[in-house]
Amino acid sequence: MIDNKNNFKKVAMATAIAAVTAFTSMSAFSAAHPVTGEELATDQSYTYRLLDGIPTIDPQLVEGVESSVVVRDLFEGLLNQDDLGNNVPGVAKSFDLSEDKKTYTFHLRKSNWSNGDPVTANDFVYAWRRAVDPKTASPYSWYMEMMAIKNGAAVIKDKMDPKELGVKAIDDYTFEVTLEAPLPYFPGMVTHTTTFPSHQATVEKFGKDWTRPENIVGNGAYTLTSWTLKEKNVRERNAKYWDNANTILDKVTALVINDENQALIRFKAGDLDKTEIPAGQYPSMKKSNPSEAYSFPRLCNYYYTFNLSDSGPEAFKDVRVRKALSYALDRNVIVNNVTKGGQKPAYTFTPAATASFEVPAVDYASWTQKDRDAKAKELLAAAGYNKENPLKFDMIYNTDEAHKKIATVISQMWKQKLGVNAVLANQEWKTFLDTRKKQAFQLARGAWCGDYNEASTFLDLVTTQAGYNHGKWVNKEVDQLMAEAKTSATPNVNYTRVEQIMAEEMPVIPVYHYAGVYMIKDTLKGWPVKNVQQTIYSRTFYKTAK
Amino acid sequence: MFSFIVRRTLSSIPTILILILISFALMRLAPGSPFSTERGLPPEVLANLEAKYGLNLPWYEQIYTYLRGIIFEFDFGPSFKYKDRSVNDILAQGFPVTLTYGIWSFVVAVAVGIPLGIAAAVKHNTKFDYAAVGFSIGAQVLPNFVMAPILVIIFTLWLNWLPGGGWNGGQWQYLIMPIIALSTSYMASIARITRSSMLEVLHSNFIRTAKAKGLPTSSIILRHALKPALLPVISYLGPAFVYMITGSVIIDIYFSTGGMGQFFVDAALNRDYSLLMGVTIVFGVMTILFNAIVDITYAWLDPKIRL
Amino acid sequence: MLVNKKKMASVAEAASGQTPVKGRSQWQDAMGRFKNNKASLVSVIVLSIMILISFLGPALSEWDHETIDWALTGNAAEMGAPSIENGHFFGTDDLGRDLYARVMQGTQISLMVGIIGTIVAVVVGVLYGAVAGYFGGRVDNFMMRFVDILMSIPYMFILIILFVMFGRSVYILFIGLGLFSWMDMARIVRGQTLSLKHKEFIEAAVAAGVSDFTIIIRHIVPNLLGIVVVYTSLMIPNLILLESFISFLGLGIQEPLTSWGALISEGAKTIQYGTLWQLAFPLAFFVTGLFCFFFIGDGLRDAFDPKER
Repeated sequence: MIDNKNNFKKVAMATAIAAVTAFTSMSAFSAAHPVTGEELATDQSYTYRLLDGIPTIDPQLVEGVESSVVVRDLFEGLLNQDDLGNNVPGVAKSFDLSEDKKTYTFHLRKSNWSNGDPVTANDFVYAWRRAVDPKTASPYSWYMEMMAIKNGAAVIKDKMDPKELGVKAIDDYTFEVTLEAPLPYFPGMVTHTTTFPSHQATVEKFGKDWTRPENIVGNGAYTLTSWTLKEKNVRERNAKYWDNANTILDKVTALVINDENQALIRFKAGDLDKTEIPAGQYPSMKKSNPSEAYSFPRLCNYYYTFNLSDSGPEAFKDVRVRKALSYALDRNVIVNNVTKGGQKPAYTFTPAATASFEVPAVDYASWTQKDRDAKAKELLAAAGYNKENPLKFDMIYNTDEAHKKIATVISQMWKQKLGVNAVLANQEWKTFLDTRKKQAFQLARGAWCGDYNEASTFLDLVTTQAGYNHGKWVNKEVDQLMAEAKTSATPNVNYTRVEQIMAEEMPVIPVYHYAGVYMIKDTLKGWPVKNVQQTIYSRTFYKTAK
Repeated sequence: MFSFIVRRTLSSIPTILILILISFALMRLAPGSPFSTERGLPPEVLANLEAKYGLNLPWYEQIYTYLRGIIFEFDFGPSFKYKDRSVNDILAQGFPVTLTYGIWSFVVAVAVGIPLGIAAAVKHNTKFDYAAVGFSIGAQVLPNFVMAPILVIIFTLWLNWLPGGGWNGGQWQYLIMPIIALSTSYMASIARITRSSMLEVLHSNFIRTAKAKGLPTSSIILRHALKPALLPVISYLGPAFVYMITGSVIIDIYFSTGGMGQFFVDAALNRDYSLLMGVTIVFGVMTILFNAIVDITYAWLDPKIRL
Repeated sequence: MLVNKKKMASVAEAASGQTPVKGRSQWQDAMGRFKNNKASLVSVIVLSIMILISFLGPALSEWDHETIDWALTGNAAEMGAPSIENGHFFGTDDLGRDLYARVMQGTQISLMVGIIGTIVAVVVGVLYGAVAGYFGGRVDNFMMRFVDILMSIPYMFILIILFVMFGRSVYILFIGLGLFSWMDMARIVRGQTLSLKHKEFIEAAVAAGVSDFTIIIRHIVPNLLGIVVVYTSLMIPNLILLESFISFLGLGIQEPLTSWGALISEGAKTIQYGTLWQLAFPLAFFVTGLFCFFFIGDGLRDAFDPKER
């Protein structure tokens, strides 16, 4: 890498500061990792590829996985996740739950903002009010509503003042939240970036410019030292972070590289420590760099949804047609020959990686593909489609190399096996969203990544009132089962039944369940491969010497 | 001359207004909104967002506010996607980048293309000429989205001479590959145009006379042939510069320069209305400006044209 | 498009200057000169062969442009190399589709985009320019002002917005490219028409009471053919280049159809994965095709504009 002269002074200064910090805490970790004893590299900096520029790093405005990674480095919420996805203390050392299960009291540790101010309960009160304030217009304010905080919904609708929100600072280090109704997974929700504190004085002084490197005040393990849109984003060690002594990594750099193939070249050239592997390239990368190519399950599904609303084609209203198309789709070819990144063929809507979810036995999952194909031909013929009267429909997907490959392969499977003519149409993202939302499609690609690690995050999507139920499938039994599951002690029974109904009715065609497919330098340690939600904290990484 | 400039300036105002109206209309007709997401926002959240960005106003009020902001405060409004930046901020970041490698590419294309074209014309029908013609057509048809990854593989992956992307405040190492990728095809066009117009001039009567008088070749070319031969080249330079800038998206994608080209394409795809309009206007103004500069230079070189 | 205006104007001068009076027609003259230009002649032959292959070639292969050879799906690097045995003469793409058939199909589409786009541009440009030039005065002033405005618009941007708006189809591609390329044509044609309109045969037609529209179509336009031919041959390759750029941005042609640009952009993306044939074959066709168009264009220009020789 070529050093940047313009930033040389800054870098030199930062290095000096880091050196001093390192020196003062040298006893905590020398050249060896305190736990594993591995020899650490002298240059503790981590560089990764970012698909696109980070739109914003304002905790209350932030959206998207990549931006959240940056925000989790710069700010810290009440709770964090460990590398398995369990909740662990963050700014809050502990919390209590009231008798009626509606009041949470968080006990905060004494910690500081990067400018030296103490982080207090008031900072959380300010941030949470800010998140729901219509004036902030946070695209993630719905998340606060989902948290069922008292008066949250009314504030968002501008029917109540943000001050009425059910949050309170009992004293500087005690933060109390009142809920509308008990919500068992509430603690897990405060690991989300929307709930992170923000520094009132800075926000009010600089307005929208408060997140610039020269203005920003955070309470995370790193501070922002440089941020050029669509070029790079650099975070460096925050010496005032409460757990700074246990942080090994000094510097995190995100480089925007739009083209994934280009990013892989840069990885091979040694510019990056981590990048995504393009679809289909995992096996060859695994062969050439066995210790650096990773594939692990993620909490996302990939499917095609039939339009079952009035605007959908007549043919799809026949369950035999839906089943025929689903059966004839050879999922093994998709995961083994197209995506090739350790994705799992999907016969259920919910990924097997979902916590405490038992994959139900749906009939067609156990058949051989030959059986499925035979059954598909039979069903389609029974539905009245044949050479003289071929089935024809449009299938839409959003512009993307991998989606294009998958759609092409699927359409050819149907064409060759069933004589079905599926006309491909790719639409760019916003048009695609619009088309799907208005039910102006026949068959559309869909995908969902779990908001939390529980099966209802997926299965709620197929209930009648779900906004993401783009196919407008209506099944009263499913609605009822999912409603019951909310309070049931054994929700898995309900989930199994819902999956079975889906296999019977086939409102969507599950294709595969995602995998995270990355190249990670073998000197970079600590990647949470077991956290299916991929909640990343850069401070948990470290680099070993070669 | 002065009145010509004034006239050009005045006539560009309606052009820019029309440009604003066309892009505004096209953008609003496009399906989807800046706030549509995979998940879809609840109506109350959407309403808050629309109120914040003024999308709840009638369209004529939106465009009025927009124009007023530009004219009186030189304010292109907030970006819809980059929530903590204004369009002015983004233009201030990306535009110098695009302009830097754009101008350098332009300079390189001209500095290499013109001498190459002249040399080929002077050595007409020699091997050098054929090689130059072959090179220039070849370079013109090789798409830069093929050239860019090849350059990175060679100079970054194999030789490890140059950084594979980034900008770093425009340090020279970061500039080389973008300039090569961007300038090559224009260099080729310029060489071809220079060559054929030089040939034309060299066969004209006044050059024949000069030759007959026994003047040395170099002085014939520099003193007499160059000026008329460059006229068609100059008329090409205006559009060439504009095409270079508009084609910069490929450079931005492959070399992560953070320039305007990619901001534009992404703004269109993300329906970032204000950013899209901002970039369109800036590029529109540049197009007009460059065409005007070319016209003025042309008139200055060609005595037949009166301004 | 990137065509040198001054040159075009001079070609135009030459073309029209000779038009009406000479015994030997301008066409015969030009064709005679064109035939003497070896590079152009060879280009015509190569291009004809290419067009022929692109339509007849697919018959030689058992594979078509969309059918997947399942045995090769996802194994392009190991098994998809060009081979006579398995019938994939140019190898396959990542999905196991036959590259030979796809290149043929892409050739058809790209040539069509170039030619139809140019036809759209020429029809609009010639009519617009002829009308402006013929009527002159205020009409002319207004119409040419409008062209000036259009030419100041960064049309690539508008084109992208158009694709985003209307989704993509071959027709949008044809029309979109054509509609953004007619302005130069209109300017040149207008200049030509201005000089033609005072010729005796036009004035005679006016005196005979022939309608304006008929005069434009029957007398003016045919006399512009020389310039139109030259211009067309220069515009086609530029439109093909433009299409490739649009394909690169993912806004071009829809799968399973393809084009040179789409194939090359795919090939360029997989350049590091050991499937070089995915780039080499479409690029070879693309470069050869464009070389031919450029040489033909140069030849035609020289043929219609003998000054340069």
